[in-house]
Amino acid sequence: MSKLLEVKDLRVSFKTYSGEVQAVRGIDFDLKKGETLAIVGESGSGKSVTTKAITKLLPEPQGYIKTGEILFEGQDITKYSNKQMQKLRGRDISTVFQDPMTSLNPTMKVGKQIAEGLIKHRKMSKAQAREKTIELLELVGIPQAEKRLNQFPHQFSGGMRQRAVVAIALACNPKILIADEPTTALDVTIQAQILELMKDIQREMDSAIIFITHDLGVVANVADRVAVMYAGKIVEVGTADDIFYNPKHPYTWGLLGSMPTLDSDEEELFAIPGSPPDMLNPPEGDAFAPRNRFALEIDTQMEPPMFQVSDTHYAATWLLHEYAPKIEPPESVQRRMQGFASMDDGKDGEA
Amino acid sequence: MEKEKVLEVKNLQKFFKLGRNNTVKAVDDISFDINKGETFGLVGESGCGKSTTGRTIIRLHEATGGQVIFNHENVHGKKSKQDLLKLNRKMQMIFQDPSSSLNPKMTVMDIVAEGIDIHKLAKNEKDRKQRVENLLETVGLNREHATRFPHEFSGGQRQRIGIARALAVEPEFIIADEPISALDVSIQAQVVNLLKRLQRDYGLTFLFIAHDLSMVKYISDRIGVMYFGNMVELAESDELYKNPLHPYTKSLLSAIPLPDPDYERNRRRVAYDPAEHDTNEEPEFREVKPGHWVRCTTKEFEEYKKELKTK
Repeated sequence: MSKLLEVKDLRVSFKTYSGEVQAVRGIDFDLKKGETLAIVGESGSGKSVTTKAITKLLPEPQGYIKTGEILFEGQDITKYSNKQMQKLRGRDISTVFQDPMTSLNPTMKVGKQIAEGLIKHRKMSKAQAREKTIELLELVGIPQAEKRLNQFPHQFSGGMRQRAVVAIALACNPKILIADEPTTALDVTIQAQILELMKDIQREMDSAIIFITHDLGVVANVADRVAVMYAGKIVEVGTADDIFYNPKHPYTWGLLGSMPTLDSDEEELFAIPGSPPDMLNPPEGDAFAPRNRFALEIDTQMEPPMFQVSDTHYAATWLLHEYAPKIEPPESVQRRMQGFASMDDGKDGEA
Repeated sequence: MEKEKVLEVKNLQKFFKLGRNNTVKAVDDISFDINKGETFGLVGESGCGKSTTGRTIIRLHEATGGQVIFNHENVHGKKSKQDLLKLNRKMQMIFQDPSSSLNPKMTVMDIVAEGIDIHKLAKNEKDRKQRVENLLETVGLNREHATRFPHEFSGGQRQRIGIARALAVEPEFIIADEPISALDVSIQAQVVNLLKRLQRDYGLTFLFIAHDLSMVKYISDRIGVMYFGNMVELAESDELYKNPLHPYTKSLLSAIPLPDPDYERNRRRVAYDPAEHDTNEEPEFREVKPGHWVRCTTKEFEEYKKELKTK
């Protein structure tokens, strides 16, 4: 598969009165055609900032890309002018934001907001755009599209609004769809509908999706590959199976352990103690070390490099170094690994 | 062993008048009991009336009809200031949004001590300070935090302040209205562990309102499922997850995404269509199996019983 998007050593900082906040501190990843990459992490881990850097929607001039390259189909878009970016946004890369109430214009009819991109990027006439808009609304599952076209966002329910936002994002068949916590504000049943919708559309249009969320359940549902971010860095990346059944980084263990499973009866959840570091003065060494009960001496002095676990799986923790002591992951994680091992056996048996 | 009931909700109703001919029946005739020392979970979609139920129980809303009996005493109805004070001390609330439920102009010391002052629990200034500092340490904060203001804390820490504030008056019963929804996953687990520990140490009774079903299942002994102002199913949490009967509960359970890709690939969502019920008969809340209640018609009642037997 060809690489649609390549991010190389991206660093994003914000200038504030108290100094430089290093929101993203050197990340590398790529995105292939038609795949879904989920970026997981707590608030403040830099996951949203990463996507804002890709679409150049950082609040300028405070937020800026310090170093790094973002290659979209081989072109470095960090060097693009505003005009060039405007052509790209909405046509090739589009975004579904978290809160549908604030991302829709309350004074503009929904139909017009969807048609905007069609007229601008695809040079459609108004009549053509209207037809296509009705088609899109039906695609995202809004009944009575012709009537809904002329309504305002406040006449839509939360789930409907998010569907309308998805319709806007899909209007020009984008190559990359960035979904920034698209279902966080929604109920579970509505969330399930929106996720199904996005997957169906992806299959139909073969677009790639970057999915930002902190809900690991949602990640397991949508993602082909997962990147776990902490304190502005990717600490572990792999296929969904790698991350959920064979996690290597203690932070990933913590994230997985802090969610109860429906059949667990443990007395206490495996919580991550403390709170995320201040990105104004990022700690030396491994940023996760102060919250990590498996932290080693070296974690406070030197930042761990990315260790390769398998062809698809990488993790940045000193625990993977050959000199590191063997440690037992928490019980809930061990259970996951056992599940993984038995799955592997099954596959071997078939082969 | 007969369990001691702390709270009895009987046919509780709460309607909001929106205009002359327009009322919203936010809570329409629901009944349930909460036993001493247990955690009762209340789940449902937004707008189903779960928060209104919690707020009506603690009398932040006046009930339109029905009764709330707390320790053999009706919460609603005419009350002297003394009685209300007594009630408020035994029943406390933890709110969803820790940033808007704490007064930004007050120090943590004053926020936590407000209840202590109102109920005159502290003997003197020194005792007051001592109590607040103990409470802060109980919820995992430092005593130095007492002089700070809410904006100096992170979301998880603010929620801890909210919990300390609720604990200050030594309540028996706490209503937690989505206490973890606004927090990050790793912090959620911290707060849930804290709530569980407090319950164990102080023998508290909880009403836990949330829409995150996996967390509710984890923390609750019994769970009530609400839909459009009605309670549609009530059972012990394991029973509810193993044998959901009402189609709405089934659809809700099938919609939860779990952190397990293999399970997710095979998960099939069941949609709920309220039209599948027989509308000729007004459904009632019936006990299908000891402790397992479902809102159903007589015909559905028989079907559910059969369904349980075949399992």
